[in-house]
Amino acid sequence: MSEIGATFARIIALTRKELLAVLKDPRSRMSLLVPPIVQALIFGYAASYDLNRVPYASLDQDHSTASRELLSRLDGSGIFERIADLSRQSDIARLIDARDALLVIQIEPEFERHLLARQSATVQLIADGRNSNTAGTALGYVSSIIDRFNADWSDVHLAPAMPVQIEARTWYNPNLETRWFMIPGMIGTLTLLQTMMLTAMSVAREREQGTFDQLLVTPFRPYEIMAGKALPSMVVGSIQAAGVLLVAQLWFRIPFQGSYLALYAGLLLFLLAAVGMGLLISSISATMQQSMLYTMLLIMPFSLLSGLTTPVSSMPRLVQYLAFINPLAYAIDITRRIYLEGVGLDLLVDDLWPLAVLATLSLAAASWVFSRRIQ
Amino acid sequence: MSADGRMASASHRKLVRVRALVAKEARQMVRDPSSIAIGVVLPLILILLFGYGLSLDVKNVPLAVVIENPTPEALDIATRFRLSPYFSPTAMHSMTPAMRALLEHRVDGIVRFASDFSRHLSLGDAKIQLIVHGGDANRARIIEGYVGGIVGVWAAQLSAQGRPLATAPVAVQTRLWFNEADDSRYFLVPGLVVLVMTLIGGLLTAMVMAREWERGTLESLLVTPVRSDEILLGKTIPYFGLALVGFLLCVLSARVLFDVPLRGSLAVLFGASMLYVLIALGIGLVISSWVKNQLVASQLTMLATFLPAFMLSGFLFDIRSMPVVVRLITYVLPARYYVALLQSVFLAGNVWSVVVPNTLALAAMAALLALTSRFVMTKRLA
Repeated sequence: MSEIGATFARIIALTRKELLAVLKDPRSRMSLLVPPIVQALIFGYAASYDLNRVPYASLDQDHSTASRELLSRLDGSGIFERIADLSRQSDIARLIDARDALLVIQIEPEFERHLLARQSATVQLIADGRNSNTAGTALGYVSSIIDRFNADWSDVHLAPAMPVQIEARTWYNPNLETRWFMIPGMIGTLTLLQTMMLTAMSVAREREQGTFDQLLVTPFRPYEIMAGKALPSMVVGSIQAAGVLLVAQLWFRIPFQGSYLALYAGLLLFLLAAVGMGLLISSISATMQQSMLYTMLLIMPFSLLSGLTTPVSSMPRLVQYLAFINPLAYAIDITRRIYLEGVGLDLLVDDLWPLAVLATLSLAAASWVFSRRIQ
Repeated sequence: MSADGRMASASHRKLVRVRALVAKEARQMVRDPSSIAIGVVLPLILILLFGYGLSLDVKNVPLAVVIENPTPEALDIATRFRLSPYFSPTAMHSMTPAMRALLEHRVDGIVRFASDFSRHLSLGDAKIQLIVHGGDANRARIIEGYVGGIVGVWAAQLSAQGRPLATAPVAVQTRLWFNEADDSRYFLVPGLVVLVMTLIGGLLTAMVMAREWERGTLESLLVTPVRSDEILLGKTIPYFGLALVGFLLCVLSARVLFDVPLRGSLAVLFGASMLYVLIALGIGLVISSWVKNQLVASQLTMLATFLPAFMLSGFLFDIRSMPVVVRLITYVLPARYYVALLQSVFLAGNVWSVVVPNTLALAAMAALLALTSRFVMTKRLA
């Protein structure tokens, strides 16, 4: 009993020492606490696929009431900003090449006559495909404006409507805002980066400076040292997560649907897996530069292939397998679903058990390598 | 003669010292392969992984298709969903299991044909209900578009078969310049080159300088006749070479593996990229000379390079739609100019109205960083 108590006391002491070492230096303290909040604020605004300013140019070859009506609907949308009225087709390239206009809308000469004759009138859209995702979104906006124009035209001119209508509804995010999707996902992303690096680098630093050997001659057992290295990083990670969570709720006003207890249970499991991987890295690297390299080799794929910005289901099968060992992919799913959909942990079992396995495996591997190195 | 001669011999001695430093640094680089790993292996792995892994194209969307009354018309549309490469539908007979699947996020959406679908279709006012999981708004919009497309084609063919004709009054023809195939990889790969170069450039110098500060070897270097700008040059030149090798590998894999067209000239591509590598190395130099601590230097380099280049450079997200304050921040980021350059040089060609201003901005930043790193270095010595 007292043995367990002593172990506990030693771990607490080591954790305290580590936290002091990290938080005492003002530059190091700032580099851990401020960036997640600043990043959440800036990226929260930046990371959105929604467009609210699309510069476009018109090439109206009809100059009729109908064509002007169509263009005024674009201008009235609040998104499209007409930067030029072209008169020649050869002018299109100049505007698009220089990125002045994202798209050009070309209305054919007989536009209104075709409309009145109930023939199909054509509108050509030319978009800058250098970012084909942005272009696709803008084209989608124009299409929905034209759809509404079509419906109104059919109403007024008593033309037969399309035989089938689609009634679309969106659940969980009725206004289709990407921001709602991105910011909860950032809770995991922004904390992973520094938590993992902090763990990996702190052991490597002790190694490089020779203080790790000193630590080993103390009464600490290897697993106590590991716990003493893991806990402070998890504390830092939890604080960072809380910061991002506050920004999401208080600044961006994204309604939190789930329970905080469930969220933190999931996050702690995630942090444990991240810290375990950090320890594993530090156990196999001799210098800080090496552990930095290995950390980068894990963090970049983890964060880019996590499903934060591009869906995992669009990735090739082979890369999807990589997502199985990516703790961030599970964390993002957990935070999004608890935050936006309010689901409980019972529906998240498929995310929780892989995290538990990852945490156990990485911690076991790290302690195995450590104990082998010591002997 | 004497003044000229002294000048010549002074600059000659300077050259000798820089060359010696470069040789020393290069030897160190070979001895500790982790720098070479950062410069050559890391970019290759990253570009391969992301080039294959990242894609915004939506395919194989899991979809529940609920047919409450299996009439020929409803089954006909359902077949079209099954044949489409964009969807992998599951047929269901009522809404209850479909709702549950959506709640558990096993499907991204539900398409529902109500029991009176065919009756209304003959009256000309049929409705198809579509419920999309809106978590990922971008994806939801694309899914709505695809469903609309499938139903639209079906309705048009129905009209052609002699049903009451109803085409949309205005038909839209779209053309996507520079990326006719609408392949998201075309714009992602040039952006990835930017990400990779930003990261490895910053990391290479940040770690090396901070380590020398931490171990005190930089101070011992300073008591030798070498001057601080010579030390900076001696550090920059070998890593510049290493980063360029990494860059070449990136471009090569973009061309060969991912078939991204290179429509601009190689001269513009290399000129701009050499400037950018200098900037990335400079950022690492400034940070490490400022904090002198490997742990903090690596954290700061990560924060200053990777995430901003990922989020704010226009690589994924459209800068024009960001709020003013964030847009102003992007002007400080070198990655912003480099992304604009690379996307144009790869996909559009040498568009001078894009190339010239962005290259000038990069050149100005490189000069500014060179001055700053010298200043930080001399100030740290005093």
